[in-house]
Amino acid sequence: MTKKHNTSAIQRRLIPSYIFLIFVSFISVFPFYWMISAATNTTVDVARGKITIGTHAAENFANLLANQDLWRTMGNSFFYAIVQTILCLFICSLAGYGFELYHDKGKDRLFAVLLLAMMVPQVATMIPLFRMISKMHLLNSVWAFILPSISTPFMIMMFRQNSRNFPVSIMEAARIDGLNEFKIFFSMYVPIMKSTYAAATVVTFMNAWNSYMWPKVVMNDNRAQTMPMLIANLASGYTTDYGMLMMGVLFCSVPTMIIFFVLQKSFAEGLTGAVK
Amino acid sequence: MKKKGLTVTGKQRIAGWTFLTPASLLIFILSFYPMFQALMMSMKTGSSANMKWAPLLFNYKRMFADKLFMRSVGNTFLYLIIQVPIMLILAILLAQILNNKDIKFRGLFRTMVFLPCATSLVSYALIFKSLFATQGLMNSILMNLGIIKENINFLGTPGTAKAIIIIALLWRWTGYNMVFYLAGLQNIEYQVYEAAKIDGANGWQTFWKITVPLLKPTIIMTFIMSINGTLQLFDESVNLTSGGPANSTITMSHYIYNNSFGQGTANFGYASAMSFFVFILVAVLAFINLKVGDTRD
Repeated sequence: MTKKHNTSAIQRRLIPSYIFLIFVSFISVFPFYWMISAATNTTVDVARGKITIGTHAAENFANLLANQDLWRTMGNSFFYAIVQTILCLFICSLAGYGFELYHDKGKDRLFAVLLLAMMVPQVATMIPLFRMISKMHLLNSVWAFILPSISTPFMIMMFRQNSRNFPVSIMEAARIDGLNEFKIFFSMYVPIMKSTYAAATVVTFMNAWNSYMWPKVVMNDNRAQTMPMLIANLASGYTTDYGMLMMGVLFCSVPTMIIFFVLQKSFAEGLTGAVK
Repeated sequence: MKKKGLTVTGKQRIAGWTFLTPASLLIFILSFYPMFQALMMSMKTGSSANMKWAPLLFNYKRMFADKLFMRSVGNTFLYLIIQVPIMLILAILLAQILNNKDIKFRGLFRTMVFLPCATSLVSYALIFKSLFATQGLMNSILMNLGIIKENINFLGTPGTAKAIIIIALLWRWTGYNMVFYLAGLQNIEYQVYEAAKIDGANGWQTFWKITVPLLKPTIIMTFIMSINGTLQLFDESVNLTSGGPANSTITMSHYIYNNSFGQGTANFGYASAMSFFVFILVAVLAFINLKVGDTRD
């Protein structure tokens, strides 16, 4: 009886907190709802402020297909993001493993130098990298897209820090069993570190899928464009068809939203770089 | 025996170096070397194909005399000064509320607040552009409520266009920062809060006396990350306002892009000088971060 009274008193004191949370949650979610509703309405209805779900989704979708090469672009975005994720995870986890489990003075110093790359802004290396890529005749290829992002100090650091939990005794036992250093990596390290890999996958895939400035520089052939470039094109005309635009935005957002909902825990861990 | 032991550790040392070589080489070739090239290029003039050495610091002098670049610096700092503090305070508040075990539906609230992170920067920029269009939802809501008499051209007026960029940034990044604080709060013993409650501390006092001091390392980290991100703003400026009206919302990265890859221009030398300026800003901030970070253990 008293306990029940207690909880209701606590809940009553939390009313301002609930109001604040509901307010913030509504603002956070509403643009998503609106994106979906606008994708199902005509541009006239959208402009008129209609926010209920409409019946023009098929029409907007047909317009989008007529206007842009949607399937090829979706394919491009998936292809680039998957290749980037696989290579980035392989290269950075290998390095994180090497830096942590084979560490000595020299490697620690090199690591400190590599961390300086975190300070290098994308806009500063954009021009030299563009010239490098264009001299190598790689413009509009998957290599142009992925090269600057397959080795990042952030990912190396994440794998290095999480490697601290990797039991060294397993390595020693494996060595006694006669496994070489590479086999230890593939058959011991990779399976044990799978939660770190999951978090790294989510973050790398999202970054690749969402990147915009660099693809805009090196992927200027329409056939090589990515989803963010496609929707930016839809909006850049003199008159914007809002229904069609939001249908495009929806297609650009669905893959990352699925990942968000399915792997939310890994996503949060990947962002903060703190996987246990 | 001893000799054999040495070769085994020798083999391991070589293996260690082999593991980290690909990543390290890539960072040197694709990050440090381009940075050096950018510095060299910032001393030259001419477009991409035939670049010549310019008089000493020519591009840098031009940069400081360039009213438009200075405006882009001003805009970027305006976003920084207004948006970052509001966002971080909101994020800490939300994290503190969501860390309270008495709150019901915590998981649901957390997911909703965190949801904006699932959109790409271009997507949310376009959503906000549509919401605040002259013929858009915001205008019809304000009209129906009788707050305004005729539609406002939000994105065509310098003041409101800047405000909308700030609102959009707040929407996209508050939940992101909240996640860092929630992770930080999990390291704080919940008993500290229980004890404060027994001592009769109210929410406001707990926030300033317990949460903020204990989250100091996380706050410094998110602060630096936010500054770094804001200094490099690009997608929002390009897609939400196109830098307009009349360049009143253009950011540094956007202006540099326009000078290097914009229509009909390839001022690689000049653009490199401006990008080096951004690098110095970021580096100075990172240095301050390292200094502040040193004192925390």
